[in-house]
Amino acid sequence: MDFLNAIVALSNFVLVPAIAYGSQLALGALGVTLIYGILRFSNFAHGDTMAFGTMATILFTWWFQSLGISFGPLPTALLALPLGILGCMAIVLLTDRAVYRFYREQKAKPVILVIVSMGVMFIMNGLVRVIIGPDDQNFADGNRFVITARDFKQMTGLDEGLAIKTTQGITVVVAIIAVGLLFWFLNRTRTGKSMRAYSDNEDLALLSGINPERVVMITWLIVAALATVAGVLYGLDKTFKPFVYFQLLLPIFASAIVGGLGSPVGAIAGGFIIAFSEVTITYAWKKVLTYLLPEAWQPDGLVQLMSTDYKFAVSFVILLIVLLFKPTGLFKGKSV
Amino acid sequence: MKKLFLATTAAIALGAGAAAAEEVKMGIALGFTGPLESLSPPMAEGAELAAREISDSGKFMDGSTVKAVRADTTCIDASAATAAAERLVTSDRVAGIMGAMCSGATGAVLQNVAIPNGVVMISPSATSPALSTVEDNGYFFRTAPSDARQGVIMAENILDRGIETVALTYTNNDYGKGLADSFAEAYKEKGGTVTINAAHEDGKADYSAEIGALSSAGGDALVVVGYVDQGGKGIVRAALDTGAFDTFVFPDGMIAETLETDFGDEIEGSFGQKPGNESEGLSLFVELAKEAGFDGTEIFAPESYDAMALMLLAMQAAGSTNSDDYKGKIMDIANAPGEQIMPGELGKALEILAEGGDIDYQGASAVEFIEPGESAGSYIEMEIKDGKLETVGVR
Repeated sequence: MDFLNAIVALSNFVLVPAIAYGSQLALGALGVTLIYGILRFSNFAHGDTMAFGTMATILFTWWFQSLGISFGPLPTALLALPLGILGCMAIVLLTDRAVYRFYREQKAKPVILVIVSMGVMFIMNGLVRVIIGPDDQNFADGNRFVITARDFKQMTGLDEGLAIKTTQGITVVVAIIAVGLLFWFLNRTRTGKSMRAYSDNEDLALLSGINPERVVMITWLIVAALATVAGVLYGLDKTFKPFVYFQLLLPIFASAIVGGLGSPVGAIAGGFIIAFSEVTITYAWKKVLTYLLPEAWQPDGLVQLMSTDYKFAVSFVILLIVLLFKPTGLFKGKSV
Repeated sequence: MKKLFLATTAAIALGAGAAAAEEVKMGIALGFTGPLESLSPPMAEGAELAAREISDSGKFMDGSTVKAVRADTTCIDASAATAAAERLVTSDRVAGIMGAMCSGATGAVLQNVAIPNGVVMISPSATSPALSTVEDNGYFFRTAPSDARQGVIMAENILDRGIETVALTYTNNDYGKGLADSFAEAYKEKGGTVTINAAHEDGKADYSAEIGALSSAGGDALVVVGYVDQGGKGIVRAALDTGAFDTFVFPDGMIAETLETDFGDEIEGSFGQKPGNESEGLSLFVELAKEAGFDGTEIFAPESYDAMALMLLAMQAAGSTNSDDYKGKIMDIANAPGEQIMPGELGKALEILAEGGDIDYQGASAVEFIEPGESAGSYIEMEIKDGKLETVGVR
């Protein structure tokens, strides 16, 4: 019984939140890694692209809600998601036409593109604030919980409860579907293969008749879709605030770099590594150990490796260690 | 010639009489420009109301009059605050300073002007706990309670409800850390146990790591020293979602209507406190303020009225406008024993003091001073009942 309690406590406070957070980071990191692999620069505007896509989705959600359309127990935002993705695709293609294409034709160095993407970041940042404002927006509706802590306790008779939010469930399911589709597209379709060829060797790809503008356009479309999905899932699970999305850029880049920039599998692994390290290393193990150990050995202290103040430092220490020993990341991406 | 001589002596004699009934100048040093500029005008008007009431009564120091002089401390610029207060003391020759406004400016004025020149100052609004321990030579008082006080009140509030273990999280800034530390100390002293004292950062969207640690440490309630529109809300949301805590304790930064709209009956039975009082004095003051043409319910306006009144009444009690003479009288008139004095009764207070009697000044903010010369502070206790914030008492 105590053993079960320990597992439930650990799941409730570590496994479930970390898996949901990890999925959100993984989707964000996939977008960053695709841009890096195919367009060959670090896209600093990614956090704000997520914010823009989410904002578009929120606006459509409110419109649906005002029309009285709902998705039963699931959030209405899922219905609005495809429209939000279209909105995000439009803005992303527009910036590519207006900004990035010019530098591509100049064969600008990656470092110049990075700075250009920072400019785009600030403009999108402002755009989102002008349209929806800098405040919190709560747009989740439908059932909040798959199972609440209280119901779980009553069902199982355990002392510890396990709560699973609807949004956490949706996050994991949608993330699996999105990643499955992406891998199928990259490995099985002709366009996907031409994207990978372009990523591996640009000159060779051009010689074999691949149209570079088409590859670039499709990359942006996929990135817009991934960014919107990641942003909406994050916003549903937590809350939508433009400033928070701007700050999300850091853990997302950490995930992509730990996994290996340019490697999609690495981005997913990196997302989960960063999420789990933030939650587990600062976790206080007292409760779990109290259930597991015989009474004499039970700890008085919190058994916490370090205080939660340091949780952001943790992801960056991991990033540093990985870069020191494997400069291309865990899954052999491109060197930074 | 003889007549002229007589007239001159008469004039000198009159002049001497006027010297006894002098014009007493009082400084009002507030942040009239800067981040809190919108709060300053009602505070200054509160202080000027007290000065006018005493001046117009004609009973102050053998018919002396009071003139208030304003100075701008800017709130954030310590050197500007020092210069403004220096001007009050050396050029206007004020007998006392009602101010300063922010804790930082107050510390600067106290160290650089009030102590070196030996002038009493009473701040209506500086709440930093650091000002309680500053070496002030008896020149500094405040009608605002220290945040350290709120920690004690919160500890009592929790223990009175029979909750003996709590987890504590605070927003990582001076307000959060100061209040959390003073609370933890008071709570332990009174027999409670704080299982964990962990910071959280504002503006982050993922608080599962913090909730994991807080929940593992356990406790019958979670004390959230934060801001309701910032990280505090995220913490409460995550704690409710994981079922980690059902009961929360909220200090002043968390008490707002947002609690009702965002959480409602999910946090049924949670409680907290915010500075304020519901005394008879406050309603009298609000009436007086209305007649004078300003809003007496504005924050720290009642405290400003009281700060000015206390200084002038202490002068009356000491029979001198010299700071060194009257600084010792302030504690006496603020506390019992004596006749209770409400706003609008300052003339009566002056009479009692002139006859050598005792007064217990209550004023607009129910003044009760504790060592070292600051307001004990009264707090309104709130509780969530049926999803609404309700006042349940005053401490």
